[in-house]
Amino acid sequence: MKFKAEIDVMPLDALLDPQGKAVSNSMKTVGMPEISEVRIGRHIRLHVEAENESAASEKVTEACKKLLANAIMESFTFSIEAV
Amino acid sequence: MTFGVVTFPGSNCDEDMVYVLENILNQKVERLWHKDTDLKGVDFVVLPGGFSYGDYLRSGAIAKLSPIMGSVIEHAKAGKYVLGICNGFQILTESGLLDGALLHNDQQKFICKNVNLKPASNESGITKDLDISKSYKIPIAHGEGRFYADDATIKRLIDNNQVLFQYVDENGIASAEANPNGSVNNIAGICNEGRNVFGMMPHPERAADKDLANEDGRAFFESILKNC
Repeated sequence: MKFKAEIDVMPLDALLDPQGKAVSNSMKTVGMPEISEVRIGRHIRLHVEAENESAASEKVTEACKKLLANAIMESFTFSIEAV
Repeated sequence: MTFGVVTFPGSNCDEDMVYVLENILNQKVERLWHKDTDLKGVDFVVLPGGFSYGDYLRSGAIAKLSPIMGSVIEHAKAGKYVLGICNGFQILTESGLLDGALLHNDQQKFICKNVNLKPASNESGITKDLDISKSYKIPIAHGEGRFYADDATIKRLIDNNQVLFQYVDENGIASAEANPNGSVNNIAGICNEGRNVFGMMPHPERAADKDLANEDGRAFFESILKNC
């Protein structure tokens, strides 16, 4: 079966995210001071061939650990659906 | 000693490095290509600066998987020497040969300027002949040079004297003002526990020729030649 994964890779909470901070500050400029704590990561979509959803989930976790995210500075979450 | 300088797609300091090693220091240099696996018997591998694979995904993340890196990792694990400068340092952290990671500079700007760099200890081949009581004027040129590691790792690096270089001010103090990119403890370079893998963000190869009116970087290579 083929599954589609939607992966979010985010900078760890403890780390300064200068890009998010700059965007956060710019929210005031566009008249939206109620928006704060912007953090910017990366969204990755991919297809994975696996026997079932649980096996697909394991494959995606492995892909994140081996390449898509760097655990020293990033965390990842994902959702999976059959395609 | 024979040096091997690796060229990845997007490397842009490889020719500078070859020039300094061959023309300034009169060393034999082999050019190594990212798709090859043969290190051609070199004693010392240099991963130069640049933007390997366009910095796609993360700086160094794709380069670490190139065929030549499998051989470089074996070379390092056999206790042989590897130096990564700038993007080369990023590749070494991504490969797990060095601790930590290089994040976007805290100001999100690409910084290209001279910094004052102070050797943190003499306990490595690249710093052994440097004067730890003075600072060296060396250029930096990076957007992702903010050295980060968790507290336990930083403590271990400091306790083992694995911190090679720090960014300092004119008085040799590792102050917040002298920190160009937000690196933890102003760290600009580290080595591994075996002291055979060196990584640094600043570019000594850009400060080793008298025509550039700054030869402070030459001492780094001379220390390597004498002690590695």
